[in-house]
Amino acid sequence: MRHLVVLAATLMLGATASAGEVRAPASFLSPDLRALQDDPSRHPGWLWVDGGEALWREAPRSGRPSCEGCHGPIDGMRGVAARYPAVASDGALLNLEARIERCRTDNQQAPAFGYESEALLSLTAAIALRSRGLPVAVETEGAAAQHLAAGKRFYETRQGQLNLSCGQCHDENVGRRLRGDVISSGVGTGFPAYRLEWNTLGSLHRRLRACSLGVRATQLPYGAYDYVALELYLAARARGLPVESPGIRR
Amino acid sequence: MASASIPARITMPAEARRGEIIEIRVLARHAMDRAIDAPGLTPVPRKIIHTLRVTYDGAEILHMDLSPGIAANPYVAFTTVATTTGELVFEWLEDGGAVYERRQMLTVT
Amino acid sequence: MTLPAPRIGLTRRTALAAGAAALLPAATVADAQPAHRETMAAVERSVLAGRTPLASGVTLDMPTLSENGNSVDLMIRIDSPMSGEDHVTAIHVLADKNPFPRVATFRIGPRAGRAEVGTRIRLAETQTIVVLAETSRGTVHRGAREVIVILGACVDGG
Ligand code: HEC
Ligand code: HEC
Repeated sequence: MRHLVVLAATLMLGATASAGEVRAPASFLSPDLRALQDDPSRHPGWLWVDGGEALWREAPRSGRPSCEGCHGPIDGMRGVAARYPAVASDGALLNLEARIERCRTDNQQAPAFGYESEALLSLTAAIALRSRGLPVAVETEGAAAQHLAAGKRFYETRQGQLNLSCGQCHDENVGRRLRGDVISSGVGTGFPAYRLEWNTLGSLHRRLRACSLGVRATQLPYGAYDYVALELYLAARARGLPVESPGIRR
Repeated sequence: MASASIPARITMPAEARRGEIIEIRVLARHAMDRAIDAPGLTPVPRKIIHTLRVTYDGAEILHMDLSPGIAANPYVAFTTVATTTGELVFEWLEDGGAVYERRQMLTVT
Repeated sequence: MTLPAPRIGLTRRTALAAGAAALLPAATVADAQPAHRETMAAVERSVLAGRTPLASGVTLDMPTLSENGNSVDLMIRIDSPMSGEDHVTAIHVLADKNPFPRVATFRIGPRAGRAEVGTRIRLAETQTIVVLAETSRGTVHRGAREVIVILGACVDGG
């Protein structure tokens, strides 16, 4: 516990930089990792992309169409990931994972893949890749406004035993080192991402759970509303930055 | 036993000039589970890809022994001289006897 | 955005016991793990088999500071004409502080064109990586590099 307090104190002292511009996560990566992120022949995340593209064409056992059967070739998903999270017709805020699961259960009438399952990660990565390089363009007004406000509140709330808000690291200490990491602007544009620490591809919610644990706060379940609203707020912060998924991270 | 297949990704040119040295890069989805056998921990048997064997037009061009010291989702890069139009056969040998195979054509002009 | 790389989907042949044995080349140390920990010195001795290594001809390309011990990129190049009579036959990668120092062996021949291989390895802690390259002429080239590992391969902190 003691070293946590020291950590918190260190971060306070370092709180010099004012909440400045939000920078693309790739700009915080080492040159080696940045090169790897752009190289499908070496980036392990492409194993999931390949898997997702295969799933896109695979018909479920329910007898309903494949994703392709309704949507056509996956390249038609260009730009979609850049617009998520988004409010669905029934008013629910859905991130890309939840949108896919909805098609899975409602349109394919098949059992949900499950958050963090290989299948859902693969489909999410394959769809997100179609937005790679495109600017994040989430809707923040109208029905989205209340969700954005909820996400902003969560972002600004001090949490956990360390009593730190997201912004105390991701705004006030950007560029500083923490446990071998360089603190970035904390946006989700690279997710799902392959983290060397995980040895696998993981969702943004997995990453958020790690940050919750980092400040000794309660880790919310995958897909929890607070995380989806937070995801929308992070996307609003990242508006105009390029989608990087599938990212590669330490 | 492993699942029915493991995803893999082979990056190499489809075509090359005779005598040209081509680079081949291979990624495979595999956890490369190290054996865990320590007090207080649930024992896990070792399950890794222990060999990657590549033949080109029937002759072996790479034979690699892998250990638990190879990173998960093993990546391997190597080279070969384009000699004749033929098939490259990649075989991943897993602990327990499973063999995963992929084939790739190389056209030599 | 679609890449020219080939499609995935390995087909698995669940080799029957006999079939599997036939498939395994004689050189492979099949599944068995060494019952006791082989020391680095012992591994080097067994590769060298009495020969004195030359401290030249090995280029070992890897970060001085690893991002994460779970995955450290490694590229090896051996100076060799890679001709029929003079070529590299085996490249061994050893890591002295890993539970199993013998990390990988690449067996290649003149058909490689260049003695150049790459892989990604796990490193439990800061240590020296040793490369031993055997040639068809019976010589052995040795190269070594220290790698600093910030976070060991066994940490699971999230
Ligand atoms: C029976 C037809 C059908 C099938 C099968 C289907 N979908 Fe959909 N999907 C739709 C419809 C219709 C919408 C638009 C829904 C809406 O706007 O409320 C949609 C929307 C989406 C969206 C959001 C698109 C956007 O522009 O916001 C994504 C992503 C998606 N589907 C992915 C998938 C995936 C992945 C699968 C396969 C697992 C799949 N869908 C299977 C009909 C289908
Ligand atoms: C104690 C400091 C700290 C706090 C507080 C913190 N994080 Fe992080 N976060 C980090 C570090 C360190 C990393 C890894 C380096 C990086 O990418 O910034 C990280 C990574 C991230 C990433 C991944 C960025 C990428 O591209 O890989 C996101 C997203 C993120 N944090 C969001 C949040 C959110 C949202 C909160 C509040 C719930 C939060 N963080 C709280 C330290 C913190």
